[in-house]
Amino acid sequence: MSRRRVRAAWLFLAPALTVLAVFVLYPIGVALADSFTNATPFGGRSWIGLDNYTRLVADQRFTNALSNTALYALVTVPLSVVGALGLAVLLNRRIPARGLFRAVMFFPYVVSLGIVSIGWAFMLDPNIGVVAAWLNDFGWSLGQGVRDPRFAMPAVMMVGVWRNVGFFMVMYLAGIQSIPREVNEAARLDGARGWKTFRHITLPLLSNTSMFVCVIAGIFAFQAFDQMYTMTNGGPFFRTETLVMLIFNTGIKDYQVGYASAMSWALVLIVLALSLAQTVFFNRREVRY
Amino acid sequence: MRRTTIANLLAVAGLVLLSLFVLLPFAWMLSASLRTQGDLLAHPGSLWPQPFTLHNYIDIWHKIPFGRQFANTVAFAAVVSVCGLALDSMAGYALARFQFRGRQVVFIAIMVTLMLPIQVTFVPVYNLLINLGWINSLPGLIVPRVADAFGVFFMRQFFIALPRDLEDAATIDGANQWRIFSRVMAPLASSAMLTLLMFHFIANWNDLLWPLMVMTDNEMQTMPAGLALFKGQHTAEYGPLMAGAVVALLPIVGLFLVVQRRFIEGIATTGMK
Repeated sequence: MSRRRVRAAWLFLAPALTVLAVFVLYPIGVALADSFTNATPFGGRSWIGLDNYTRLVADQRFTNALSNTALYALVTVPLSVVGALGLAVLLNRRIPARGLFRAVMFFPYVVSLGIVSIGWAFMLDPNIGVVAAWLNDFGWSLGQGVRDPRFAMPAVMMVGVWRNVGFFMVMYLAGIQSIPREVNEAARLDGARGWKTFRHITLPLLSNTSMFVCVIAGIFAFQAFDQMYTMTNGGPFFRTETLVMLIFNTGIKDYQVGYASAMSWALVLIVLALSLAQTVFFNRREVRY
Repeated sequence: MRRTTIANLLAVAGLVLLSLFVLLPFAWMLSASLRTQGDLLAHPGSLWPQPFTLHNYIDIWHKIPFGRQFANTVAFAAVVSVCGLALDSMAGYALARFQFRGRQVVFIAIMVTLMLPIQVTFVPVYNLLINLGWINSLPGLIVPRVADAFGVFFMRQFFIALPRDLEDAATIDGANQWRIFSRVMAPLASSAMLTLLMFHFIANWNDLLWPLMVMTDNEMQTMPAGLALFKGQHTAEYGPLMAGAVVALLPIVGLFLVVQRRFIEGIATTGMK
């Protein structure tokens, strides 16, 4: 390798690498270091060891946000993954207007979640909401809509599933289309139809896609913020406050840099553990052609 | 044969119902933006404006600095996606086509930033922006976003698959490295680059948390953040808020209608974002 080529390579890399180093890699390191201090944005920090982390365990607001986020993940991940799989199988058949249906299902994923969530919050509103009004005709009440402690979390969950299901569907469609045609034909010759084909052929052969979709869905869920911010702002009574929202409120609104950094490292560990666990679980079922 | 026809008919019927549900928010938002407050309160179960009014679309420009927010959103999404494309493809190209010491280290660093949730950087980046004096400014909003680990990785994967011969032919013709990249390799990557450009434009246009963090003045917000803040302060300004929402969603909706096939394929093949 000539020296000129090496120099050219570094020149191509330099701009992106500079930005990533200054605004991503360095901050990751700072966040780790800060999590062991009582830093504020106004300077002055002293080493307090693991105090931030032990404080997390006893902090009710943190454990509340953690359990809200976990609950959100537990409900939305299975719903959106199973829904996406169902839609993908359905929209892989030769049915009329297939392309249009795919585009419609995917559409919520491309628009601003923060903005559409304002619309959703209004649609569930008891005074002007169209969904609230229709349910009212059936004798069902949504109470105070997204301000109601009973409905706030289900509402943000529904919006989360509504948004992501089409995205995961597209991934499953790609997975289904990568299954070799001969496999399906062989199953057909052996007399497998409908549910049997799905259960014993499609589903097992999709386990690579399933792993990927589950990991992404889990990561999305643990990073949820937008619809909670615009629909409920974490309320009522902190019932929809998520980890990312709490990090934002603690680090940027309340200036507790060190403590918020410890929270974000807790988030890092959760996300990594999650992807690792799901990878291990699905690895036993990995498919190679 | 007959059974599959009936099954397909049922499937289509189900899909039509589901599509109506999926699209309901958009229909309702458009309708609410064309209605008066009185009409909304009197007929919450209706989707049809009685009477039609364009008043909300005039109101929104007075009630919040909507023009400025619109311009900020355009500037933010456009500059970040165009500059990001240039930086990401150059870096991806270097990682894919050159052998040099340190390449593995750089690649691993990029993979690490891809795996960690970006929120972990927010608090330190916020403090960094304070020190740079970039809080509440467009550079503060734009510069930290112009390189993206996913974009570098995405372009690397594309460049790595291109055949070696083209590069060799250009070298023999005496082209320098920049020429080979800009005249030979980058044009070959144009479809991947277009996909990345769309991903970035849409993601940044829609972003909520980042502008909320960087911008402190209402006037400096992008539209998602500006509308969210306005909703927080004026809970009952339904019509103007929905008019603002329609205007903010429209460019992306238009873009999606034009490029939806390519966009969906892009996601299917890269499986990201």
